[in-house]
Amino acid sequence: MALKKPKLAVFKFASCDGCQLSLLDAEEDLLAVAGAVEIAYFPEATRRSLRGPYDIGLVEGSITTPHDVERIRHVRKQCRVLITIGACATAGGIQALRNWKDVKDYVRLVYASAEAISTLDRSMPVGSYVHVDYELRGCPINKLQLLEVLNAFLNRRKPNIPAHSVCMECKLRGNVCVMVARDTPCLGPVTHAGCGAICPSYTRGCYGCYGPMENPNTASLASHLSGIGESAEDIMLAFRSFNAYAESFRKESDAHEE
Amino acid sequence: MQAKPFSQNDSDSSLSSASWWHVLCLPEALLDFSRSPPTHIVALMLTIEIEGLRRLLGILSSRGYLLLGPTIRDGAIVFDAIRSVEDLPSGWTDLQAPASYKLQKRDDGALFGFAIGPVTWKKFLFPPRVRLLAAQRDGKGFTIVAEQHAENEARPPMAFIGIRSCELRALGLHDRIFMDGEGSDPTFRALRESTFIVAVECLQPGGTCFCASMGTGPAVEEGFDLALTEMTSGGSHTFIVRAGSGRGEEVLRELGGRETANDEAARRATALECAREDMGRTVAADRSWLAMAFEHPEWDEVAKRCLACANCTMVCPTCFCSTVEDSTDLSGEKAERWRRWDSCFTADFTRVAGGNIRPTTRSRYRQWLMHKFSYWVDQFGAAGCVGCGRCITWCPAGIDITEELSALRAPVIHSPRSAS
Repeated sequence: MALKKPKLAVFKFASCDGCQLSLLDAEEDLLAVAGAVEIAYFPEATRRSLRGPYDIGLVEGSITTPHDVERIRHVRKQCRVLITIGACATAGGIQALRNWKDVKDYVRLVYASAEAISTLDRSMPVGSYVHVDYELRGCPINKLQLLEVLNAFLNRRKPNIPAHSVCMECKLRGNVCVMVARDTPCLGPVTHAGCGAICPSYTRGCYGCYGPMENPNTASLASHLSGIGESAEDIMLAFRSFNAYAESFRKESDAHEE
Repeated sequence: MQAKPFSQNDSDSSLSSASWWHVLCLPEALLDFSRSPPTHIVALMLTIEIEGLRRLLGILSSRGYLLLGPTIRDGAIVFDAIRSVEDLPSGWTDLQAPASYKLQKRDDGALFGFAIGPVTWKKFLFPPRVRLLAAQRDGKGFTIVAEQHAENEARPPMAFIGIRSCELRALGLHDRIFMDGEGSDPTFRALRESTFIVAVECLQPGGTCFCASMGTGPAVEEGFDLALTEMTSGGSHTFIVRAGSGRGEEVLRELGGRETANDEAARRATALECAREDMGRTVAADRSWLAMAFEHPEWDEVAKRCLACANCTMVCPTCFCSTVEDSTDLSGEKAERWRRWDSCFTADFTRVAGGNIRPTTRSRYRQWLMHKFSYWVDQFGAAGCVGCGRCITWCPAGIDITEELSALRAPVIHSPRSAS
């Protein structure tokens, strides 16, 4: 092709690396991706790095330090399209559990010299600091969905990433509902689709890895969970995990905190 | 496979196959459930035992049919591939209530002694995902390289074993929409035309069933090739088999059996009457008032409980809404168009340029219930609900559509407005 290939950059903030790893995990599709874009900046994959600006920036991780804030603003300026990937970047991640506590207590407990640590009070999603063009959910993200998002941006079409409940994925797979048939607590009815209903396919309840679906009615689900014997603490903990700081999950978990 | 839903060369028929479909398609044919079965169907009726049922499945297999029937998986009786009588849920029943489904042993060896499970025939005739076309870039345009129907030709014909009257009625509604005319669908048509139907009468309605008040069951009256009534009382275990089509009769003649005794026929009638009395739920026959309940405060109440998770629409045997997704390969050289089950409870379903025409759960629940009981009557001449109760059982919030209908009928009491 005579046209220049779009430049792709992958940035990491506070995260476990699992989401950017899913790009390397694309196996047989990885060569096609490398053929379709120029991988310009991706420290986890290559030491070669090209200067910005970039056409597509994938951002993993949450914003937790003053330095992160400066860096994400710089990244935003460098990227024509900015896509956040994973629960950390889209909701603050599991590390957002600290948002309910005083972070200084942790710093004193963990580090020998607390004064060397510069951190923010809260772990926040990228979208709280800069404009994000597209958010891809999941802890971790689904690599097929990542490929679909890249594909859609490259071909200038809408990504086929539904925002409905996990229940629909369950029913499309022909699963029997674990909550109705087994009284197993499940966050599927309020959780964003994307994983393909992995846990219910193995007769476990959904843990809510993909965060809130488009119009989650968490209060109604919590009331049903209570009806099948879950304690207030269980319900609080169910909503307070990888996507704890996503607004609807945060409010629901707070409502059950004693 | 020359098989058709209803045989073309039924010599006893005064109606052609095409006009039989026409009969099915008339609204009054669906609404008048008291009438007797169409006269052209030879009422061949025999009685068989379990061994006979085993042979029936063998005959259908040897004719090339893929057998689909009730079988236990993951704590429920689902409709899926079966090989023989051994795969049927012998001695099991289901206890159903809002948001609750549990299997329970029964003390006889009944094979069909349950109501219905979460999975119906829908996913086999209206598959969750269907590729509509594949295309290849061709200069500035594209060439279609594969069309929808191409993928159906290789599939073996299916035999549905044990589908219920309510499910048959739902199938009849799909037939009217997808077999001919504007909504005609090549996938549905190809799969449907070759499907052989062995219906089973429902003698053990579930706690959320209300087919009797919808006029859609429990007796199997039409739209089948063979209909079974399982009789386990009096120490014997037999099945009354009736033929409902030319090819059903052909299979039944090959199967053979003894003549059904008068007292067996009488016991069947009594059992069906008991089943009618035994429905877990009822709805009022008059629903003409519903269209006027558009701003009823109950919609706000139900929206507080509704999860908008779409489970009700996924398990519903009449819901057929879908979306269409276009995809490409990374290079943009190849494209495909897929149809996927969708639901009126999702935001994308009603997202249009400029916004969403049903932005709230309230508006989506209202659309769903109104469509089933009001708009569907205007569109298709019959209600879009067959009273199977799946939406009640499989709603994680336990919303009961029959209770909602009652609540919507309650007069609205306006609170006195304070003078300002």
